[in-house]
Amino acid sequence: MGARHLSLNWASSLSSKIAGLVPGRKGKPPPPAGRSYVEFLIESSIRVLGFSTIGFVLLIFFFLLREGLPIFREVAPANLFGTRWYPTFDLFGTLPLIIGSAYVTVASIAIALPLGVATAVFIREVAPHWTREVLKPLIEVLAGIPSVVLGFFGMHVLAPLVRTTMDVPTGLTAFTGAVLLAYMALPTIISVAEDAIDTVPRSYRDAALAMGATHWQTIWRVVVPAARSGIATAVMLGMGRAIGETMAVMMVTGNAARMPISLNSLFMPVRTMTATVAAEMGEVANGSVHYHSLFGIGIILFILTFLINIVAATAIFKKRHRGGLR
Amino acid sequence: MEKFRVEHLNFHYGDKLALSDISISISDRRITALIGPSGCGKSTFLRCLNRMNDTIRGARVEGRVLLDGQDIYARGTDVVELRKRVGMVFQRPNPFPQSIFDNIAFGPRVLGLEGDLHQIVEESLRGAVLWDEVKDKLKQDALGLSLGQQQRLCIARTIAVKPEVILMDEPCSALDPIATLQIEELMQSLKEEYSIVIVTHNMQQASRVSDFTGFFWLGEMVEFDVTERVFTRPAQRITEDYITGRAG
Ligand SMILES: Nc1ncnc2c1ncn2[C@@H]1O[C@H](COP(=O)(O)OP(=O)(O)OP(=O)(O)O)[C@@H](O)[C@H]1O
Ligand SMILES: [Mg+2]
Repeated sequence: MGARHLSLNWASSLSSKIAGLVPGRKGKPPPPAGRSYVEFLIESSIRVLGFSTIGFVLLIFFFLLREGLPIFREVAPANLFGTRWYPTFDLFGTLPLIIGSAYVTVASIAIALPLGVATAVFIREVAPHWTREVLKPLIEVLAGIPSVVLGFFGMHVLAPLVRTTMDVPTGLTAFTGAVLLAYMALPTIISVAEDAIDTVPRSYRDAALAMGATHWQTIWRVVVPAARSGIATAVMLGMGRAIGETMAVMMVTGNAARMPISLNSLFMPVRTMTATVAAEMGEVANGSVHYHSLFGIGIILFILTFLINIVAATAIFKKRHRGGLR
Repeated sequence: MEKFRVEHLNFHYGDKLALSDISISISDRRITALIGPSGCGKSTFLRCLNRMNDTIRGARVEGRVLLDGQDIYARGTDVVELRKRVGMVFQRPNPFPQSIFDNIAFGPRVLGLEGDLHQIVEESLRGAVLWDEVKDKLKQDALGLSLGQQQRLCIARTIAVKPEVILMDEPCSALDPIATLQIEELMQSLKEEYSIVIVTHNMQQASRVSDFTGFFWLGEMVEFDVTERVFTRPAQRITEDYITGRAG
């Protein structure tokens, strides 16, 4: 349950926080005494905690805006969305960073989607009962591995492997990052996709089986397509985790801010938005243009992640609204 | 001509005996109705005929079920092949969340049937008296059809793989009277080519459409005979009580 709740909470945290804003039932009679008084205390302290959480979130958000928005005034849009990121020469082209993030993320999805769906199908439809009982907690453990550990693993095992097998100058490439991110997104994708597969009505399977479809045909032609909106949600949630991930990516992608435009740049170093912020934040002068530009990247990242979450949340909402997957 | 022959069939859900010692013969190109109170084992019996009970944990079958003389529970029986020959229509219409065309084409596609797909789809839809209503919207989502249309779509989907027997488990219980009548008429025309076994709670329906009727009571086949006889001169007291509404 852990991983699933974690991932879903994280997507719906915003909406539940908004829901927390709605005041309690009006016209409640005043608490008599004794036990009700205690309850009143508990209730109000919970409310205070809830509101302060919202307050902190808003604070952080405003801080981000205050520090980041000036960049959009200080630097011309042509520069800001240009192709060269050399802050020392006043070149603040974020495009290679945005594309770098997108590149790594999309590649990681391309790896994680088939693996995740296949694993979810295996756990739900094929694995015997006891295997399922063992696999599910294992996958949740997988979600808990600190990303720095994965990064270390990536640097010392994965990167050399990529270098030798692909015969490229360095193993610190977009591909290496994508593999690691896929690994990180997998637990989320598996749990959510598995849920989606589980909600496919029995009657669809019955119909297919009764027509003489084999177990596999039933799975691939009926169950998985019927669960596709849930699977899309799973991917979106996994992607949400991947695009915001910093540590592991920074450790294995080589961090060269070049435009990854050709196909073989998959096996060359790239630099992502998060890695840029993390790497450069320590060296910038407070309040400088460079400093603002890093927060500007933060804003862009925030907007992208927010959009992805919204899409994922609407998909979840639609699914509930319809009363199950269709 | 005999299609199915069931001999001393027992069925267990774990420790629970759901069917005991059922023996009947189901005729080819006839409609056989199964009636009886809720929970008496009609669906269980029906699902024994195409082995849809196989996936239920702890389920156990004893006795023999012969389809054209071959025991379908014999070792080495190809269940997929069996279900190709014995199709099933369920209580609630269950079209796939795909287009009307894809729903019908599903069976022929997965079974790799020869022939022009468009022609199979048209024939099946005509066979299920649905063609005129949907011929202009084959690409539309099947779930947009009315329940009665969906059920006829499910019948069309079943006959698209050209089975020999069609099992129907209360196919009209989710439908309004007009849609029910349409399905009943459809059954009369299907009976030219297929053996049909239908479970129903509707006495009128059983007497209207069927040639033979079996009455289940507490997991046993209490009475099985020509429909007319069952409804006019039942051999068992309990059958009469049930049909006239005094028991059940
Ligand atoms: N999967 C199952 N596991 C255990 N017991 C079951 C299962 N399915 C059915 N039963 C039991 O077997 C008995 C026969 O059920 P069955 O569904 O065949 O009845 P039915 O005659 O079709 O009833 P209805 O008219 O309500 O559809 C019932 O007592 C039911 O509780
Ligand atoms: Mg039933």
